[in-house]
Amino acid sequence: MYRRPRYLPAGDEGLLVEFGNEIHPDTHNRVYGMAQAVEEAHIQGIEEIIPSYCSLLVVYDPLLISFGDLTDQLKGIEKNLSHLKIPEHRRVEIPTLYGGEFGPDLDFVATHHGLTPEEVIRIHSSQDYLVYMLGFTPGFAYLGGNLEKIATPRLKTPRVVVPAGSVGIAESQTGIYPIESPGGWQIIGRTPLKLFNPIQPPHFLLAAGDMVRFAPIHEKQYADLQSH
Amino acid sequence: MLPSTKSSTRIYKAIEALEILHGGAFTTIQDLGRRGYQRFGTPTAGAMDLTSLRLANRLVQNDEGQACLEITFVGLRLVALRDLVIAITGGDLTPKVDGSPLSMWQTVSVRENSQISFTGVRDGIRSYLSVAGGIQVPEIMGSKSTYIRAGIGGFEGRPLKKGDRLRIGRQRSGLSLCRIKEVFIPRYGGKWKTRVIMGPQDDYFSKQGIETFTSSEYTITPQSDRMGYRLQGPVIEHREDADIISDATCLGSIQVPGHGFPFILLADRQTTGGYPKIATAISVDLYNLGQAKPGDKIQFSPINVVEAHEIRKSYERRMKQCIDILPRMNQKVQFHPHNT
Repeated sequence: MYRRPRYLPAGDEGLLVEFGNEIHPDTHNRVYGMAQAVEEAHIQGIEEIIPSYCSLLVVYDPLLISFGDLTDQLKGIEKNLSHLKIPEHRRVEIPTLYGGEFGPDLDFVATHHGLTPEEVIRIHSSQDYLVYMLGFTPGFAYLGGNLEKIATPRLKTPRVVVPAGSVGIAESQTGIYPIESPGGWQIIGRTPLKLFNPIQPPHFLLAAGDMVRFAPIHEKQYADLQSH
Repeated sequence: MLPSTKSSTRIYKAIEALEILHGGAFTTIQDLGRRGYQRFGTPTAGAMDLTSLRLANRLVQNDEGQACLEITFVGLRLVALRDLVIAITGGDLTPKVDGSPLSMWQTVSVRENSQISFTGVRDGIRSYLSVAGGIQVPEIMGSKSTYIRAGIGGFEGRPLKKGDRLRIGRQRSGLSLCRIKEVFIPRYGGKWKTRVIMGPQDDYFSKQGIETFTSSEYTITPQSDRMGYRLQGPVIEHREDADIISDATCLGSIQVPGHGFPFILLADRQTTGGYPKIATAISVDLYNLGQAKPGDKIQFSPINVVEAHEIRKSYERRMKQCIDILPRMNQKVQFHPHNT
């Protein structure tokens, strides 16, 4: 983490506040804390704030606020952020049906590491994952966590269609497909929850700063949750 | 037929305005874009050439941000299902009504059953067709813009195709004929000078790399679409790493992956990315850039943020002055006699 954040222009409608240059929960806590504080400050001219691993992009309307004024106001907010305060993380449970038809690569991941499928499920579902940012497709969460024990390379030939809700592993990353799309991740399960609902709010299940945990469920629970 | 069915059919027909006879190369419904969801991984989408979208709407006295057709390249053919007041702006794709030339950059009235077609690229690559009353499709997360990758917005989240019927809202009464003043009508050509603000990751590039970027001419490749333009030209040298820890992208971010060729991120871009961004195109120049086509040449020149904001302010002033309301015809729009 930098001692002081950098304030960089990102075009004439963007200002990037960069807090560091590594993937670390402490750095992200600063990003997330700043995002909350900026949102609460309701600065006229700010249109969007987009947190990522170690920076916050502030999108603004240059007809309403200048780069200089915006930088000054953001610096003022940043100065008053407590370095020690760890923001409250929302906890979100992702009920997941592992293996079988919905997790066709679970057995491969297990064999790849000399584990049983149950052990893979236990490792995957017994830790918290911090949502660092959303990107790639609407609702796709970049999750932190420690998955070295079940880290698995991507499929040699990506699937043409991966259904929405699929839970996958790529190297030491895990993630959930919010929309049906092509994909090369090892699919180990599926959640009946909607990560992206364009029609009805809340449109997104997850947001940056959430703490996610996968909870193994059975087929009957899956069907019950899906019908809700 | 039951009377109730009959009356509901009549109401239904009253709001249908256009039927697609051929979808053309790529036609979508776009407005000013979907704002506020980039932090959830959802790009703004919206018109690639926002200037032309805004002007098309103003010519038919819609609000500036109404949904229009964004017509890319040629082939679109549609038929008016009723008398309509329309305007076409942006790239000149040789628009015709029933085979006769259709004037761009002004209010035009077309008769029921007229066929409108886009028959050849003359200048630019994207036309905007507005209809008085605005094209009505459901708003998804605050916008009617089509975002193909997620299949949302516009007409069923996809490009238009044969048989699609578009509805319009109620048009303002007493429409005036309007025209964009000649001096404000753009000529796009094939050479682009795009002003940029360096960064935010220009420190990932060597001095030589920056020099290459700002002094070379790049060619827009055919691998260019609403997500962004892939450029070909002299390789831009990185200092060391060609990867950053992924961060948010902007409309107009110019990222340079390890191979050294720049990529300009546009309306349908991914909202985060892992390549360093050497510079970001300024908003005013981005609006025009929606008209750049494969094979066109582009050069970048750096300016600072304060200069960019002055350019933007003067652009907004020009946008206010560019429309003429024709004095002689400052009355209800007259319809062309239908060619028969």
